[in-house]
Amino acid sequence: MTKYIIRRLLGIIPTLLVIITISFFIVRVAPGGPFDGERALPEVVKRNIEAKYHMNDPLIVQYGRYMFDVLRGDLGPSYRYKDHDVNFYIFQSLPNSMILGVIAISISILFGITSGMLAAVRQNTWVDYLSMALAVIGISVPLFVIGPVLQYIFAMKLQWLPTSGWFTAGGGIKTIILPALTLAFADFATIARLTRSSMLETLRSDYIRTAKAKGMKSSAIIFKHSMKGAMLPIVSYLGPAFAGIITGSVVVEQVFRIPGLGKFFVQSSFNRDYTLIVGVVIVYSVILVIMNFIVDIVYSLLDPRITYK
Amino acid sequence: MSIAKAQKTYTHLLEVNGLKTYFKTDAGIVKAVDGISFTLDQGETLGIVGESGSGKSVTNLSIMRLIQSPPGKIVDGEILFEGEDILKLSESELRHIRGNEISMIFQDPMTSLNPFLRISTQMIETIRLHQDVTRKEALAKSIEMLKLVGIPAAEERIHNYPHQFSGGMRQRVMIAMALSCEAKILIADEPTTALDVTIQAQILELIQDLSKKLNTAVILITHDLGVVAGMCDTVCVMYAGKIVEKAKTHDLYAKPSHPYTFGLIQSVPRLDKAQDGKLFSIEGQPPNVIDLPPCCPFHPRCHKVMDICRTQYPPTKDLGNGHEVSCWLFADKKEHSHE
Ligand SMILES: Nc1ncnc2c1ncn2[C@@H]1O[C@H](COP(=O)(O)OP(=O)(O)O)[C@@H](O)[C@H]1O
Ligand code: SF4
Ligand SMILES: [Mg+2]
Repeated sequence: MTKYIIRRLLGIIPTLLVIITISFFIVRVAPGGPFDGERALPEVVKRNIEAKYHMNDPLIVQYGRYMFDVLRGDLGPSYRYKDHDVNFYIFQSLPNSMILGVIAISISILFGITSGMLAAVRQNTWVDYLSMALAVIGISVPLFVIGPVLQYIFAMKLQWLPTSGWFTAGGGIKTIILPALTLAFADFATIARLTRSSMLETLRSDYIRTAKAKGMKSSAIIFKHSMKGAMLPIVSYLGPAFAGIITGSVVVEQVFRIPGLGKFFVQSSFNRDYTLIVGVVIVYSVILVIMNFIVDIVYSLLDPRITYK
Repeated sequence: MSIAKAQKTYTHLLEVNGLKTYFKTDAGIVKAVDGISFTLDQGETLGIVGESGSGKSVTNLSIMRLIQSPPGKIVDGEILFEGEDILKLSESELRHIRGNEISMIFQDPMTSLNPFLRISTQMIETIRLHQDVTRKEALAKSIEMLKLVGIPAAEERIHNYPHQFSGGMRQRVMIAMALSCEAKILIADEPTTALDVTIQAQILELIQDLSKKLNTAVILITHDLGVVAGMCDTVCVMYAGKIVEKAKTHDLYAKPSHPYTFGLIQSVPRLDKAQDGKLFSIEGQPPNVIDLPPCCPFHPRCHKVMDICRTQYPPTKDLGNGHEVSCWLFADKKEHSHE
């Protein structure tokens, strides 16, 4: 097992190098550049800027220089924001997104698994219909609708919670609640549906019939005999979902005015801010690769048939 | 209550009367088991034979009340265990019967044990469900049972997971688990169908030996009449949800009466008779048991079919010594001649 973990961790490095390389070239192949604004810059200015960012060097030289910097942990200067470099923007906003994301995914796991289990165990009763109706809402209604609806109810009508803001910006800890609930909704829905179908499948399996034939109580059958098997698909789903949610959501950040990482995914692309794009891609990939690694470990802990050597 | 129960008299350990189990499907009502009756006595081994889909598993899942509902439902009949109707028991009374008085082993040992739990966990919990013993005592008992079914190095192997055992070994574990509470009835639903031919005989022999040793009554479900000959005292032949012939094993072989039984016996490979190239096999498919009109369900495949077979289900005729057959060939023609 230890050997396997070390081997997997070492395997992460080439994966990341490939991802960085591909994104480095792809962003530069896309039409347009960081300095193609609506008004064309004067020729001299443009040439000066391009010289400053070494944009006139052969691409392969730029790539080599960039890789060298990245390996030292420097994601380079932003092509658009002059005040700080990419590291600054990412590491200033990432913790906010992570805090929000972790809270949101915890909420969706807690409620998603609970309601999915209840729905499966009480299949075709009102419990089932209610939780699946909620799940359908969560899947089909976009965040930019759910967010404002929650704001309207809890902030404007009931006045229990602030409309927007963020605690690091002096908004108080309560500012987390509404965006976390909003963000939790979509994953709650998916987790609830996954749990329900996976639980139903498990409950139909031969070994559950054996457990019943032994005279076990349904509660023991559910918790002792069904849970582990039913959780496997949820664990697989959670890896990528976790990586996605803790790297921020543009929509939720916009609606609740949160200084998170999500907006950089969109803005950097619009701006053709090469280094910032690749920077956020690297951060996302690192988190995703680590999450997938954790998923594999958890999987092997749940399922004795999987052994890693 | 318990005294009253103990004093209650009954003639058979298990008595199934007019059992009907139907499934509601989109295509219509599947009459999987349609009015069957049989009895089982202490220490007896009863074979239930029939093609796939004839209702053997549904019969036995009904006895355990393990029919998935919906879509399934036991719509009529009674299942008397020691004189008491299982169909009238509460959930908790039922749990006392399951695994304790009547236990079951299934066709596919690869999927019937929980892959996520150690054998020890699964065996100990079974024993402790029905007996007031400590974990340690239950473990000792489990190991003893594993040794009894011939698992080598049982003390160590018991802590393994199911996937660490071969198919045959897993079926042995299932048998050990099923017998660990000294059940009075063991239902074995095609226990060897999923196994290698070489292992099949060993497993059947094991069931036979242990049931003799523990005086357990056995219901052995199979689609192989050859297996029945070697093991069973009595045989029920099922076809399309009905028992078409029932007899002591010896009588059934000596005088197979229903044309279907006759065909089944003909299709068993035999070493003592020269085979003229190919085995006999019953032509045609078993009928769809959805919306079956009144008729002998075997008539499309029967060589001796008569007009009446196509319009009425044949009455059951007792040929003596408990040998019963449902076929117009044996019905009193006079009784029905006006029809
Ligand atoms: N859950 C179910 N839903 C619908 N039909 C079923 C179900 N289980 C069994 N049946 C039907 O009942 C009939 C008898 O099945 P079964 O008892 O499993 O046959 P076998 O003799 O092979 O054990 C079959 O026609 C089968 O399609
Ligand atoms: S009742 Fe008629 S069709 Fe059915 S088995 Fe007997 S002879 Fe054949
Ligand atoms: Mg079957």
